[in-house]
Amino acid sequence: MSGFSRFLSQYGMLFVLLLLCAFFSLATLRPQHPAGADAARALEPAILAATAPGGTHAGAAVLIAARAGETDARFARELARRLAARGRPPAAVVTGDPAALREALAPFGAGADTVAVAPAGRVLVATLEAAAPIVRGVLSAFPALAQAPVLTPPAHRWPTFLLPDNLRNVANQIAVIAILAIGMTMVIVTGGIDLSVGSLIALAAVVIAGLIGHLGGAAATTGGVVLAGAAAVVICGGIGAFSGLMITRFAIPPFIATLGMMQVASGIAYILSKGVPIYRVPDGIVSLGRGTDPLLGLPYAVLLMAGLYLLAHLLMSRTTLGRYIYAVGGNPEAARLAGVRVKAVQMFVYVICAALAGLGGVIMASQLKSGAPTYGLMYELYVIAAVVVGGTSLSGGEGRILGTLIGAFTIAVIQNGMNLTNVESYTQKVVLGGVILGAVLLDRMKHRGLERRRGGH
Amino acid sequence: MPALPDSPPVLRVAGVAKAFPGVQAIRTADLAVLPGEIHALVGENGAGKSTLIKVVTGAHRPDRGAVEIAGRPVRIRDPRDALAAGVAAIYQEFNLVPALTARENLFLGREPRRRLDAGTERRRARELFERLGVAIDPDALVRDLPVAHQQLVEIARALLAEARLLIMDEPTAALTPREVETLFGILNDLRAHGIGILFISHRLNEVFRHADRVSVMRDGVTLGTWPVGELTREALIERMVGRPLDQEFPKQRAPLGAERLTVRNLRGGRVREATFAVRAGEVLGIAGLVGAGRTDLVRLVFGADRPEGGEILLDGAPVTIRSPRDAIRRGICLLTEDRAQQGLVLGLSARENFALPNLGHWSRASWIAERRERTAFLRYVESLNIRVAGPEQAARHLSGGNQQKLLVARWLESDSRVVIFDEPTRGIDVGAKVEMYLLINDLAARGKAIVMISSEMPEILGMSDRILVLHDGRITGEVTDVATATQERVLELAVR
Repeated sequence: MSGFSRFLSQYGMLFVLLLLCAFFSLATLRPQHPAGADAARALEPAILAATAPGGTHAGAAVLIAARAGETDARFARELARRLAARGRPPAAVVTGDPAALREALAPFGAGADTVAVAPAGRVLVATLEAAAPIVRGVLSAFPALAQAPVLTPPAHRWPTFLLPDNLRNVANQIAVIAILAIGMTMVIVTGGIDLSVGSLIALAAVVIAGLIGHLGGAAATTGGVVLAGAAAVVICGGIGAFSGLMITRFAIPPFIATLGMMQVASGIAYILSKGVPIYRVPDGIVSLGRGTDPLLGLPYAVLLMAGLYLLAHLLMSRTTLGRYIYAVGGNPEAARLAGVRVKAVQMFVYVICAALAGLGGVIMASQLKSGAPTYGLMYELYVIAAVVVGGTSLSGGEGRILGTLIGAFTIAVIQNGMNLTNVESYTQKVVLGGVILGAVLLDRMKHRGLERRRGGH
Repeated sequence: MPALPDSPPVLRVAGVAKAFPGVQAIRTADLAVLPGEIHALVGENGAGKSTLIKVVTGAHRPDRGAVEIAGRPVRIRDPRDALAAGVAAIYQEFNLVPALTARENLFLGREPRRRLDAGTERRRARELFERLGVAIDPDALVRDLPVAHQQLVEIARALLAEARLLIMDEPTAALTPREVETLFGILNDLRAHGIGILFISHRLNEVFRHADRVSVMRDGVTLGTWPVGELTREALIERMVGRPLDQEFPKQRAPLGAERLTVRNLRGGRVREATFAVRAGEVLGIAGLVGAGRTDLVRLVFGADRPEGGEILLDGAPVTIRSPRDAIRRGICLLTEDRAQQGLVLGLSARENFALPNLGHWSRASWIAERRERTAFLRYVESLNIRVAGPEQAARHLSGGNQQKLLVARWLESDSRVVIFDEPTRGIDVGAKVEMYLLINDLAARGKAIVMISSEMPEILGMSDRILVLHDGRITGEVTDVATATQERVLELAVR
C-alpha cells in the first residue's frame, strides 16, 4: 500500500470531517456584526469620513453610546481612543443601561443652546449594531436628537460556524468525551470494551466535590482542590483495575464485567452524594474547565485534551507497550506465544481508560462548578461512537488514536452545526445515529474491498 | 477402472475462466471426471483449485466457459441446485449443524413434501451408514461425533441425494492415518457404484496410493490429466511447481554437539510421561498419530501450557519455564502448526510480527527505534529470501511459506538455541517446502537443537537425524537409523 492510500484509509474520516465543516460553514454564512475592539476598528473610517470637511456630516460632534457590559465598554473605549488619536475626540462617551443612557444624553437632548460643542442636528451617534435599537429608542425621547444619524460598524458575511467563539465552543464541548475516548480506543484495540466510563464521570465528579467539602468547601485552597481531583482520578483508576482483574483473572467478558461496574460506580456516586448535586466548591475550580490560556484564548480543558492525545498517539505508535496493545487485540494467543504479557497489557488499558474517565469527571465538575451523580449519563455511548467513527474496529487489533480525535470532532461538529442551523434535537439524534452507522458501513466496505481484492482461490 | 467407456463424464469443465478484482484466479481450466473414478486435483496454493471447485458447485459464476454434469450443461447457483444436479461437495469446514443429530443433518433441507417421519428417517440413516460400513448412531448430536464421522455424515448425505459426483477439498487434512484408510475404502466402494470422485490433496502419497487419475493446476491453468501409474512422484512435483526439483528432502547432517535441551519425566495435558534430549545441531523428529500428544509435549516445553511435573534442562542447567515469555528469554522458540491462529497477528505488518518478541533489541525505555527495526527486518528478508511487497505488508497477505519464513526470522533474531517446529510445512507449497528444509539444515548447522513434529512420513524420514514416536502420551519408540527406516516401521511404533 502506498503511503498516500494508507493515509487515506487511516484518516479518510478526516476528509469527512473537513467536508462537514465546509458544509456547515456554507449553511451558516450570514452577516456578522463585529463587537468589541474589532467593531471600533471597523467603525473608525466611516466616522472620520463623515465628519471630515466636505463629509456628509462635516463638523458634527461624535457621541459614542454603548450598552452596559464588557465587550460594549471595550468598543466605546477603543473608539474614543482611536478618534482622539486622529485629533477628533468624541464629544462624549455614554454607556450603561437605557435609563443611564437617557440620563447621560439629557444635556445633549435638552436643546440647541445647551450643546456646547456643536449645534443641534449636528450630532453623530456611534454605536454597535446590537445596541442600535436601544440607542435609537433613547434618542427618540429627545426632539433635538431624534433625527441624529446613528452609525454602526459595517457588517460582513462570515459563517457563524467559523467564528472563533463557536470553534472554541465546539472544542470545549467535546473535550470530556474526547479525553475518555483515548482510553476507550486503547481498550477497544485490545478487543475489549468499557461501558463503565459514563458512571465513572459521575463518581469522579462527586468524589472531587465531596472531598472539597471536607477540605473547606467553598473556602478550600487550590492545593486542596488539586488533591481532591487527584484522589478522584486514582479512585477511578482503582475501579478500572478491578474491572481488569475480573476480565484477566476470571475471564469474565469485558462487556459484562464493565456493565456490572457501570452500575456499581453509578450507585456509589449516588450513595456518596445522597443523590443530590454538591455545590459547595470554591470559585477557582472553574479555571480548569472554563479558564482560557492568555496566548491563544483556548480553554485549558482543550489544551489538556490536545496534550493527552499527543502522548497517547506516541504511546500507541512508538512504544513497545503500544505495539503489544495492537498485538493483543489482533490475536491474543499469538501474542502470548510471542512472549507478550497479555494480561498485564489488558490490565493497563482498563486502568488507563478508567483513570481518564475520572479525569473527564473532574473536568466536568470544573465546567459545571459542582458534582452530581447524574453527570456522564449515556456518555459511554458517545465515547464508543467517537472511537468507532474514528475508524477503530470493535473486533480489536486496529485503530488509531488520532482517528478517534477526528471521530470525536466529527460528532461535535455535527451537533454544533445542527444547533446553529436550528435542527430540532430529536432530529439531531436520528442524524447522529445515521452518522455512526454510516461510518461503520464505510469501514466495512473498505475491508470487504480488501478481502475481495485478495480473491478466493 | 473407468466404467462404461461410452458413458459421458460425470463432470466436464471446458474453457472456464474466472477473475476477481486484481487476480485472474483461473485463466483456463479443462477437466473431465469419469463415472467410477477417483480423480485427484493437485497444485500449489493459489493455483486455482478451490476456485475451480467453487465454480463447479455454483459458489462462483465463471466469466466464460461451460460446466457440464453427466453430459448436460448446467447452471448451478447454490448448493441446492448442485445437489439437484447430482453434485455433492464436502469442504474442509463441514456444512453440518453441530447442535442437530446425524439423522436430522442428513435430511436437512429436503423438500417438505418429501419429508419422512422420524422412524423412516432413522431406518434410512442406518441403512446408509451400514452401506458405508460405519457404526454411527443416527441420534447422536453431530458435535459429539469425531471429525471422521462428521465427514461420513456428509458422504451419507451425498448418497442420500444420489449424487453422481462427489467433490472433496482436502478430505484427509484432519484425519488420522487409520481414518484415512477407512475413508478411501469407502471411496473405492462408491467408485465401484459408478460415482465419480474429485478430491483436492496436498498429500502426494494419497494421490499415488488411491487416485486413478490426477490433474495438475498451476497459475490458474489446468496442465493436463494423467493416470497416476504413468507419473513418478518427481514428475508430478515438477509439473506442480513448473521446474525440475533437484531433491525433495535436501537433508544435510550437521556435526552434533552437547545436549542442548533435556526433558525429564515431563507430564501435563495428554502427555503422561516424556523423557528425551536433543543435541546441538541435531534434528529430532517427533512422529505419532493425531492426538498422541505431540503438540501438547512441545507446548509444555515452551511454557504455553503448565506442566504437572517434570524437569527441563538447557545446556545442562535446570530451568524453570512458566510462560512462553520465560521460554523465549531462555532461547526456546516454537513455530506452531497453525500460523494464522497461534503464530502471527495477521492484521499487523510483516515487520511488526517479526519484531514482536524482539522489541527489546531496538528500543530504549520502551521507545522503539523504528529505523533500526526496519533495517533488522530487511536483513532477514534478504538472507531468508522472504517474499514480501515491503516491510509494511500485512502478514495476512503473505503466502504460507513466507509466513513461516517470517516466523523463522523472528526466532533467529531472538537468538533461540532450541527451535521447535510443529508441522513446519503444513499448508506450504511444494517449492517452498524445499526452502524450509534448507532453512532447517541451516539452523542445525548453526548449532541449534531442532525438534520437528510432522504428520508427513516422508518429511520426518527425510529430514530427521533421529525420530521419537509418541503414542497415547508416551514415547513408545525411537528410530536412530533414519536412513534405513521405513514408514511402516514408524507407523507400527505409533499404533502399538
